[in-house]
Amino acid sequence: MRQSDFRRLSLILLFAPFALWILLLIVLPHIGMGVLALREKVAPRVYEFGFGNFLEFLHEPIYWNTLIRTGSMSLLVTALALLIGFPIAYYIAKIAGPRSRGALFLVCLIPLWVSDLIRAFGWILLLRETGVVSSVLQAAGLVDAPVELLYNDATVVIGLVYTVILFMIVPLVSTLDGMDNAMVEAGYNLGGSGFTVLRRIIVPYAMPGIVAGCIIVFMLTAGSYLTPILLGGKYSSWFTETIYQQFITRYNWEGGAAFGFLLLAFTSAVVWIGLKLSRQTLAGTVAKS
Amino acid sequence: MLQRKQNWGFLLGYQAYVLAFFVFLAAPLAAAAAFAFNDSLFPALPWRGFTLDWFFNDSEPKLGMFHDRRLLRGLYYSFVIATGVALLSVFVGTCNAFLFVRREFPAKNFLYIVMVVPLVIPGVILGISILVLASSVANGLEESYDVDLGFLRPGIALVVLGQFSFIATITSLVITARLRKFDATMEEAALNLGASRARVLTTITLPYLRPAMIAAGIVAFLVSFENFNTTLFLVGSETPLTITMFDRMAKAGSTPVLNAISFFLILGSGLLALVSVVIQRDRSGG
Repeated sequence: MRQSDFRRLSLILLFAPFALWILLLIVLPHIGMGVLALREKVAPRVYEFGFGNFLEFLHEPIYWNTLIRTGSMSLLVTALALLIGFPIAYYIAKIAGPRSRGALFLVCLIPLWVSDLIRAFGWILLLRETGVVSSVLQAAGLVDAPVELLYNDATVVIGLVYTVILFMIVPLVSTLDGMDNAMVEAGYNLGGSGFTVLRRIIVPYAMPGIVAGCIIVFMLTAGSYLTPILLGGKYSSWFTETIYQQFITRYNWEGGAAFGFLLLAFTSAVVWIGLKLSRQTLAGTVAKS
Repeated sequence: MLQRKQNWGFLLGYQAYVLAFFVFLAAPLAAAAAFAFNDSLFPALPWRGFTLDWFFNDSEPKLGMFHDRRLLRGLYYSFVIATGVALLSVFVGTCNAFLFVRREFPAKNFLYIVMVVPLVIPGVILGISILVLASSVANGLEESYDVDLGFLRPGIALVVLGQFSFIATITSLVITARLRKFDATMEEAALNLGASRARVLTTITLPYLRPAMIAAGIVAFLVSFENFNTTLFLVGSETPLTITMFDRMAKAGSTPVLNAISFFLILGSGLLALVSVVIQRDRSGG
């Protein structure tokens, strides 16, 4: 009898940190944010329950345009990260020799631990009007005057791909690592072309890694703040910037909470659709990587 | 292997692509680091000669990073925050590992997914939701009971909690993965030989987990140190380094002292990341 009491007590003790963490720092804050978003300001210091903050979002095209822009650019970044990253991951996992494999993977991992801020700073130094690329182009006689390569959408997309691509490569490498080379061999022996082997064998096998990478990359991109602001300038129209303005600049917490909720709902919906389309689960992808 | 089936031209092109990718990966880091050693007031070309002034010079206009009070204070706050987050996350991560690997309880699979979710919530949202809850609790207590709880206002404590809210997921996953590989017969053997449960835990299980706990702690420290999105909303008057650097970067005409501190951080995080990889590889035995 004493033994089972002890086990129950220890289970409660082990469970407590988990419960406190999830309840106090995840569940309750999100409920609080939802409640705040549903408070409508009718007069100074007077509030009413209502959907006014969400209606304001619908009435102002600039707000939902920004959200749609953020979402579509994030999807573009995710697709580019997958296209650029997959060959790299395949090279590391399957083609590089056993000795260079570890080194290549490590070289891939180290930039992951350097702050986004420093990486964006590096891009600024390279691309701005007085930057390295502009100076080199002038010295080579390719352009006559300094060229400004910052503050346009292409630069923001490239910068974002750069910031997140390692989060695509790491899960891909760990999935592809587990693939038996004999499967690829068999595909060729049965007469498949390189493309058929890729489409019928390698991609289906790597699907959990692909989905995990895409989810992490999409969420990181849609929630990013530094890269769009620093590389796109003040008018980069990124939705996190809109949220920040509501909260800090305009001190409109109700509106900011509503926008935060919309960003969360929007990104979760995209991830959910992605999981359904690829017939994967969150537990089978992100949790494993 | 694939390359036997393909011609050499394809493989050569493939290797050139991989090489180009690594150049792309290194270019901004190289630019950020290199200008720390340029003897010029601006982080830009032309190259005016090598100098260490941006690290050690003690007077304006070339104030080096080790004499820049605000940057040093930022570094200190970041260090305090990251240490707090790392200790807290490793503790909770270890508890979670034992909870999910060793115990059976209702809705276990569902709760495991719940544990992973904080990692995919955008950092900005975590920041504002915790800010909203902490502020409304603090305001409520102040109005009803006239007590002012300082740690619920934006500041270091709130930043630690905000970062911990998603970093705990990372440490939990790392330590859980290690505990799953543990051979339970080792514990049984010790118990059969007469050891108490506490003794088995401290002499067998925890030493086995130690590499994963150290690696998870390093990862937590680094993620906390470089975090910006969550911190931005929770920061008080004690600004950590990333926020201080961002404020200067947003202003035009920053001096290469930012490059010096970037070089310092690249070197530091690179070394720590290397240590965490080596620790995990050394004893896991594959």
